[in-house]
Amino acid sequence: MSPLAYSSSELMIVNASRLLRDGDVVFVGVGQPNLACNLAKRTHAPNLVMIYEAGVIGAEPARLPLSIGDPTLISGALAVCSMYDIFSFYLQRGCVDVGFMGGAQIDRFGNINATVIGADYSKPKVRLPGSGGSQEIAAWANRCYIMTPHQKRRFPEKVDFLTSAGYLSGRAEREAAALRGGGVQAVVTDLGIMEPDHSGELVLTALHPQKTVEEARENTGWPLKISDDLKETTPASEQELAILRLELDPDGLYLK
Amino acid sequence: MSKLISLSEAIASFVQDGDTLYAAGFTHLIPFAAGHEIIRQGKKNLTLARATPDLIYDQMVAAGCARKMVFSYIGNPGVGSLRIVRSALENGRLEWEEYSHFGMISRLQAGATGLPFMPMKQTAATDLEKANPRIKRLTDPYGGPDLIAVPALNPDVAVVHVQRADQNGNAHLWGIIGEQKEAAFAAKKVILTAEEIVDETSIRTDPNRTLIPGLVVSAVCHIPKACHPSYAQGYYDRDNQFYLQWDQISQSLENTQSWLDEWVFDTKDHAEYWHKLGRQVHNRLRVKPRQSTPVNYGEY
Repeated sequence: MSPLAYSSSELMIVNASRLLRDGDVVFVGVGQPNLACNLAKRTHAPNLVMIYEAGVIGAEPARLPLSIGDPTLISGALAVCSMYDIFSFYLQRGCVDVGFMGGAQIDRFGNINATVIGADYSKPKVRLPGSGGSQEIAAWANRCYIMTPHQKRRFPEKVDFLTSAGYLSGRAEREAAALRGGGVQAVVTDLGIMEPDHSGELVLTALHPQKTVEEARENTGWPLKISDDLKETTPASEQELAILRLELDPDGLYLK
Repeated sequence: MSKLISLSEAIASFVQDGDTLYAAGFTHLIPFAAGHEIIRQGKKNLTLARATPDLIYDQMVAAGCARKMVFSYIGNPGVGSLRIVRSALENGRLEWEEYSHFGMISRLQAGATGLPFMPMKQTAATDLEKANPRIKRLTDPYGGPDLIAVPALNPDVAVVHVQRADQNGNAHLWGIIGEQKEAAFAAKKVILTAEEIVDETSIRTDPNRTLIPGLVVSAVCHIPKACHPSYAQGYYDRDNQFYLQWDQISQSLENTQSWLDEWVFDTKDHAEYWHKLGRQVHNRLRVKPRQSTPVNYGEY
């Protein structure tokens, strides 16, 4: 691999990392979101505070955490609290700026399904893991970001089960629900970035270098709108890739 | 009076067929030794409650201990699907009741504090509320927006593992403290397993670290390395390799059964299980010390 060639995962991690702002308090998941946050902290957002749902505040993991409860998150952290405390004092109270979400399905309005595939909840075709922390993170974090490969089955017109709220049937419905959080702000895929428009519908606002609008359309389950102001993302820099490959994930577990 | 007994005695005395069990520990301090002993003793028809069922409940479901699962996230943490629980749910072999993490933990918080339910703010993701009739809407008596209510969870038995305890069950734990304290206070009976049994005087040197007081504990068992393949902060590391292996083992019923035979039924207790893992695994999970700055409580 030449120095500036990169994988789809690296592309998503780098672009997600750039969405974070210095001083953000981020509810982090393991895997790629963890890498995006650690990369931001080592580049443009040194004052990022990482919170993990296991009840860890201000983690500074010395090695790559392999689970949400990896002991490396604890040693050297600012604070540790119970799960009830992390979800109530921190999240419900409104101390979290950013949440990273994932899910098997993300629909046109950024709603997320992580519960079941199929129409009948009680007889699931595929039983997925369930909400975990995501139902509340999606509602109460100020901004939510999603990282996922751009595949048609992941982006249906409508989710089979509403595990976590995006804009529901449109921005107006989310606003009527008076949730404190602002909802999904961006979906970073291996083709580009989708962002909600005035109605809450996800539209393509950026493409990664060498990716095409056609590819994005073919891999989206609804008639994907393209922003009038479609941008091209800045390629991953040598510095960003070096931090990911040499410092954060030297075995390449989440970079392939 | 000392509550120190063997784990086999504790499980035999305090876990009955049909009980609701909460094995505490959010990825940390998961009481695998107790789970294995429940399997050895052939307990049946248990309702297994845990935010994250993890491998411990996958193994108990595989061994036929469970009738029902109460959970908020079923996965093999950091690896993928929790295969046995998942297939039991997909095939209708296991009843279930589902919440979000916050819902599940709020249920324990209600149970632990003697309340009938706990309120939570709404999330607008209403499908789970429709799927689970025990999740209710609640009018704010002070005129704010409607709230969500989840019912108290009061398990018949909680199993909680800690780093150190005295023989009465006064327990110090640190690292990820998940829902250990809530589970202990919510449950009708508590089986406490501990890496170390220490004198009460040692507990009294650091009373802020006593999250679980002996007064809620029914039995204390001295079980070093009780959490493998989970971990105890400062004592041993998480065995991620085993979590990956389980993903392979649990793909076939036959392999799962032979794993249970070899590692649970054919070992007489957790000490034998740990010994059987061998020196290489022991060394791999060893952890270097990193001490905190001592605190001064003052002599008064």
